Amino acid sequence: MQSLLARLLCAAVLSCGTARAAEVSVAVAANFTAPMQKIAAEFERDTGHKAQLAFGATGKFYAQIRNGAPFEVFLSADDTTPAKLEEEGTVVAGSRFTYAIGKLALWSAQPGVVDDKGEVLRRGAFAHLAVANPKTAPYGVAALEVLRKLGVADALAAKLVTGENIAQTHQFVASGNAELGFVALSQVWSDGRLTGGSAWRVPAELHAPLRQDAVILAKGRDKPAARALADYLRGAKAAAIIKSYGYGQ
Amino acid sequence: MMSAADFAAIRLTLELAAVTTAILLVIGTPVAWWLARTRSAWKGAVGAVVALPLVLPPTVIGFYLLVMMGPHGPVGQLTQALGLGLLPFSFAGLVVGSVFYSLPFVVQPLQQAFEAIGERPLEVAATLRAGALDTFFSVVLPLARPGFVTAAVLGFAHTVGEFGVVLMIGGNIPEKTRVVSVQIYDHVEALEYAQAHWLSAGMVAFSFLVLFLLHSRKRGGAR
Amino acid sequence: MSSAAAEPLPGAGIEACFRLAWPGFALDAALQLPGRGVSALFGHSGSGKTTLLRCLAGLERATDGYLAVRGEVWQDDARAVFVPTHRRPLGYVFQEASLFPHLSVRRNLEFGLRRVAAAERRVSLDHAIALLGIEPLLERMPERLSGGERQRVAIARALATSPRLLLMDEPLAALDAQRKAEILPYLERLHGELDIPVVYVSHAPEEVARLADHVVLLRDGRVLASGAIDEVMPRLDLPFAHDEEAFVVVDAQVAGRDERFALTRLEFGGLPLWITGLEAPLGAQVRARVLARDVSLALAERHDSSILNVLPARVVSLDDASPGRTLVRLDVAGRALLARITTRSAVQMGIAPGMSLFAQVKGVALLR
Repeated sequence: MQSLLARLLCAAVLSCGTARAAEVSVAVAANFTAPMQKIAAEFERDTGHKAQLAFGATGKFYAQIRNGAPFEVFLSADDTTPAKLEEEGTVVAGSRFTYAIGKLALWSAQPGVVDDKGEVLRRGAFAHLAVANPKTAPYGVAALEVLRKLGVADALAAKLVTGENIAQTHQFVASGNAELGFVALSQVWSDGRLTGGSAWRVPAELHAPLRQDAVILAKGRDKPAARALADYLRGAKAAAIIKSYGYGQ
Repeated sequence: MMSAADFAAIRLTLELAAVTTAILLVIGTPVAWWLARTRSAWKGAVGAVVALPLVLPPTVIGFYLLVMMGPHGPVGQLTQALGLGLLPFSFAGLVVGSVFYSLPFVVQPLQQAFEAIGERPLEVAATLRAGALDTFFSVVLPLARPGFVTAAVLGFAHTVGEFGVVLMIGGNIPEKTRVVSVQIYDHVEALEYAQAHWLSAGMVAFSFLVLFLLHSRKRGGAR
Repeated sequence: MSSAAAEPLPGAGIEACFRLAWPGFALDAALQLPGRGVSALFGHSGSGKTTLLRCLAGLERATDGYLAVRGEVWQDDARAVFVPTHRRPLGYVFQEASLFPHLSVRRNLEFGLRRVAAAERRVSLDHAIALLGIEPLLERMPERLSGGERQRVAIARALATSPRLLLMDEPLAALDAQRKAEILPYLERLHGELDIPVVYVSHAPEEVARLADHVVLLRDGRVLASGAIDEVMPRLDLPFAHDEEAFVVVDAQVAGRDERFALTRLEFGGLPLWITGLEAPLGAQVRARVLARDVSLALAERHDSSILNVLPARVVSLDDASPGRTLVRLDVAGRALLARITTRSAVQMGIAPGMSLFAQVKGVALLR
C-alpha cells in the first residue's frame, strides 16, 4: 500500500517535470497574434512542445522582461527592442533574428471607403483616423511616417485617434468608431486576401521597414523547447503561414 | 518634471470628474431613492445593473460602450439621429462612459443614506402637511447630506482613477480624451519613468487625501 | 346600557370603516367617534389599534375604506376618494417623538405651521408653546432634549398645524413613570382648552381612565365595544371589568369641603361622595376612579363602620368572574359602579338583579 502511494507520487512528480520541460513561454507582439496561434499549433503537433503565448504591446513586454517576467522567447513588433535587450544582456547572445517584416495597411471595415492608392487620406472626408500609439508601437511610427510622406500629417492631425497597441487600433476601426485606420496587414489579411472591408496595402517605400525580430531570452537559455521554437519559426512551414498573413520575410 | 501635456491631462481629468460627478448626483439621486424605497420586483435587477461596474473589468465596459456608441450600436444610432454625432473619441463620450463606470460609487452611498432615514421622518412630514417633493427637499436631503458628500467624493475620485474605460473609448486625444491615468500609462510604455512617477505620486497623494478626509469626516460624524 | 344612545350624530363626529388584510393580521373595523373630547383606542398589542390610527391618518391604505371627519370625507374607496395624509388637516403624535434631528425645536414647531394657510391657523404657535410649557427649549436641538421634553415638543408641533383631528399613538409608552406624570397634565390641558377631537391609542387603563371620554375596545382587528367611558368600563361582558384592577370612573362636581378633617365632598346624581384631601377647588368638574375591589355590599345602611361613603344602589347584573369571586354591577343614581365580592357572600346575601342594597365605597381616587 505504502509503496503503491510512493510510486504514484513519484509518477506524478516525474510527469510534471517532463511537462514543464516541454513548455515554452512566449511573449508575442499583438500584430502577430493570428499567425502565431497557427504556428504554435503546428509546432506542438510536429515537436510535442507546447508554446504558452502571451500577446501584447512590445513596450509593455520590454518593461516586464526587464523586471523579471518569466518569458523564454520574445517576438517583438520591431527590431530595436530586441536589440536593446541584447545590449542589456537579458537575451541569449546571437539568438536574435528577423522572423517577419510587417506590412502596413490603411483599412476600413466598410467596403469602398479606402481606395487602392490611399487617395482617401488626401480627401479627408472622415471624422477619425485610427493609428497605433507612435510613442509605444512601431506600427504607429510607420503610420505617421506615411502621413508625412503623403503630406497630409498636419491636415489630419486633429482627426487622429490613438490605440494603445495595434490590436486596439484595429478594434476602433472594426467597430466603426473610426472610419479607417492604419493596421497591420496581418490583421485584415488571411490566406492571401482581404478578410473584409476595404484596404490600401501601403507600399514599403513609404516607411522604414517594420522588421520584427525575435530573441531567446535569458530565461530560455537552457530550455530545448525555446531553441526548438526559434528554429521552427525559421522553417518552411512557419514561413508559409507568415506569408499567408501578408508579412514579408 | 511635468510637461504641458501632463498639465493638460490633469486639467482634463478634473473637468471630466467634475462634470461626471455633477451628472451622477442628478441622475443617481432618483435612482438611489427608488432603490431605497421600492418594493418592486425590479429592485434586484436594477440594483444589480447599478452594481455591475463594481465587478466587471473596465475593458468589458469599455468594449461594450465602444460597440454600443459606435455607428452600428443602438446608442450610436440614437446620437446620430439626434444630430449629436458619435460619442467615442469625444469628451462627451468619456462623460457617458464615466457616468456608467462610477454609477455605483454614487448610487450606493445615497441609497444607504436614504435607507438609513427610514419611513418615520417621511410619515412625520406628511402629517405636518408636506407633500412628497416638499418632504424630499426639506427632510430627506438635509438628513442624507453625509451620504451626498460621500457619494460626490467617491464618484469624483473614482472617475479621476478611471483608466480601462477611457482607454477603450477615448482614443488618447490630447486635451480631449487623454486623462492622467492614460498619460501615466503612455509614460510607462515609453519608458519615461520620471514623468510617470510625478503623475503617479500625484494620484497616490490625491487618493489618500480624499479617503483620509472621508474617513476622518465619518469618525467626526459618529461622535 | 347600549352604547347607541351616546353615539354622536353622523356629520358631527368621526365615521370610519376600514378593512385591511395582511399576512397574519386583518383589520375589519367600523366605528363612530364623537366629534369632541378624547376617544381612546384600547387593546392589547396586536389588536390593531395603531393600524386603525394609521388608517385614520392615511398613513396606511385600507383597501375598502370610508372615513369622514366632522362631515368632511377623507376616504371613500367606493367613490375612489382618498385624501393623502399631507392634505388632511390632522395632527399626529408618534410613540417616539420623531422630531427632525436637523432642525431646532423652534424650526420643528414651524415646520408644520409654515405649511398651513394663514386663514386656517386657529392655534397660534405661542399658544401651543405655552400649553406644553416648552418656551425654554426653543433654541435647542432635539438631541439635547429629554424623552419627555421631546414628546411635548412633538405634541406642540402637531397642535401648531391647527389640526381638526389630533391622533396620538401611545405618546407616553416610551416614557418612564416620572416622564409620564410630567406630560399627563399637559394632555389634560389640551382636553380642557382646545376644541379638537383626539383619538388616543393606549394599552394602559390608567391613561384611558384619566384622559378618555369615549373608549373603543379592539381585539384581533375588530371592534369589541365602543362607547362613553362610564358605559364601557362597567360592562360585565367585556374584559375591563374582569381585570384585577377593574374600576369605573365617576364624573362629579366638587360640592363642598370639610376643612377640619381635610375631606372634599363630590356630588354626582345628587349623592355625596367624600374623598380625602382638599386639592380640588369648589365647583370644579372632576373625575374619580372607584376600584371594583374597593366596593363591598350591605343589605342595610350601616353607620357602625369606618367606611365613609355608603350609597344606595340597585343590582343590575352579576357575573361569576373567577372561582370564588362574583362581579356585581350596580346602578347608583343612574351611574354604574362595580363591586367585586366573594361568591359565598353573594349567595348568602341572596343577591340578584333588581335587588336594592347599599354599596360601601372604601376608596375613591381623584383622576383629574
